[in-house]
Amino acid sequence: MTPDTTLHLTDYLFYFFALLAVFSGGVVVFSRNIVHSAFALMFTLFAVAGLYVLLNADFLAVTQILVYVGGILVLILFGVMLTNKIVDVQIKAGSIHVLPASIITAVIAGTLCGVFTLTDWFVVPGADASAVKTTAPHIGEALITNYVLPFEVASVVLLVAMLGAAMIARRERKK
Amino acid sequence: MNIIEPLVKIALILLINLTTVAYLVYTERRVSAFIQNRVGPNRVGPMGLLQPVADIVKLFFKEDIVPTAANKFVHSLAPLISLIVALSTFAVIPFGNTIHLFGRDIKLMIADVNVGLLYLLALSSLGVYGITLSGWSSNNKYSLLGGLRSSAQMISYELSMGLSIIGVLMIAGSLQLDKIVVHQGNYLGGFLPAWNIFLQPLGFITFVVAYFAETNRLPFDLPEAEPELVGGYHTEYSGMKFGLFFLAEYANMITASAVITTLYLGGWQFPFIENFGFSPLAVSLLQVAAFGVKVALVLLFFIIVRWTIPRFRYDQLMNLGWKVMLPLAVLNIIITGFFILV
Amino acid sequence: MIPLNFYLILSAFMFCVGVLGVLVRRNAIVVFMCIELMLNSVNLSLIAFSSYLGDPTGQMLVFFVMTVAAAEAAVGLAIIIALFRNKQTVNIDEINILKW
Repeated sequence: MTPDTTLHLTDYLFYFFALLAVFSGGVVVFSRNIVHSAFALMFTLFAVAGLYVLLNADFLAVTQILVYVGGILVLILFGVMLTNKIVDVQIKAGSIHVLPASIITAVIAGTLCGVFTLTDWFVVPGADASAVKTTAPHIGEALITNYVLPFEVASVVLLVAMLGAAMIARRERKK
Repeated sequence: MNIIEPLVKIALILLINLTTVAYLVYTERRVSAFIQNRVGPNRVGPMGLLQPVADIVKLFFKEDIVPTAANKFVHSLAPLISLIVALSTFAVIPFGNTIHLFGRDIKLMIADVNVGLLYLLALSSLGVYGITLSGWSSNNKYSLLGGLRSSAQMISYELSMGLSIIGVLMIAGSLQLDKIVVHQGNYLGGFLPAWNIFLQPLGFITFVVAYFAETNRLPFDLPEAEPELVGGYHTEYSGMKFGLFFLAEYANMITASAVITTLYLGGWQFPFIENFGFSPLAVSLLQVAAFGVKVALVLLFFIIVRWTIPRFRYDQLMNLGWKVMLPLAVLNIIITGFFILV
Repeated sequence: MIPLNFYLILSAFMFCVGVLGVLVRRNAIVVFMCIELMLNSVNLSLIAFSSYLGDPTGQMLVFFVMTVAAAEAAVGLAIIIALFRNKQTVNIDEINILKW
């Protein structure tokens, strides 16, 4: 069986989303303006959601947008707006330890890429991604059967996090 | 794959939406005038019916001012985000049953996504970006306050919105909006249509209140609260950018009405239509008309609420969201679960 | 068809961008965003594996990662806001009162 080397629409979409994700990821890291960073992070999150769709995980793609873009990023923006004004953004938004950081990153990148390219990944031959049962009913069923313990633990984690966040962020009451 | 069919649908929906927005503004002004014992716009055209056209022309010719200290890129992008989010929700809303036209079956929705309900929630949570970013980028304290308020408000009310939708989800057993509507086509005891508003009135109330908060309509319009924040997030906007925010607000209202209709008021279901013996085509068209009428009634409800109920204070808003709506929404889930078990 | 490797390498790149951001930037909120970036890259590789192996386990794992990320965002931002209230700064190199 010769591999199909012609480019399909989905392949172009993959490259598009991949470029978008990495490029806006770069903007997140290197932008001087924090709101631009947050904005770029939104594009990264959307690109990753697009990749999920290409991988036939549409439920998770929508969840990604709902949780990350609709929840976490709004919280981040909220934090940015509470701690910054446009005029004083440029002051001290700079970088530290650039050289050691680049070396560490290069080492990690080299290792990861080496591992990913050299390993002969076990791919189920003819595994049809669309046949994987990952629609909402299946995920729901798995959550309350095989994964019921992590599911419950996750709910406790969320509850504790909510209480903790409310406790930390609350202003101390003066007597 | 046929690409013309979805394009035609998209064009139609956009056209209908934008026209409705124009006349919604007119209706709102007339109804508010009626409520406040005034006359309202009645000079442009017969009964003032051409007023929307005049408004649009006026907005086009206004000067577009961008404050010098503003972040220009985000400042121009924010109204676009608002509008795009408001309009793209319509992609998954079924506005009629499958219709047999020109020799083939046409599904009267743009995209039959199998996680349609989640898509709705995801998009409504994106709406906050337009407001928050516009508030931040204007570099004006009133705008910033409006933006901050809107993000806090939307996050708080999104929870009760999501939780009230779960009740619908439990009854219909599907995330697909089309199936949710079809599921509402039965009858309770032979005379009451099995719309979700009758099956779970509590969920309906929490959902509608939460959606009012999501669309920033009175009594929840704290992000723009004129008496305290000048114009809130759009204080620094003028000309067509302000027009876009205006358009987005009303498009959001239409979307909200369509979503409420789809989830709770039976969508395009026309009760007892099968007893009248119409031809299939007539039935389909009547169902589309039924959808339109329901949406129009919900819109009227939106307008009347806006002009009769005063605005909440910020602490009242937060108390209502977290201490009343959230427990009620959870209670709704428990009750629904109980009835499903029995 | 895109081979599995491409997804993995993309995920590696995203992860490294995140690492670089965490190490280099001094604003706590940007560091925070970079952590989200890293979590996302890991999620991507998990879903890629799940899809190419025809096994839904990876997707379940992503689900739990998202939960933890949400919890982390809430607590992290609460800490940042509390810090800002006390020290009037969110730069991590100026938050050094534990260094005595």
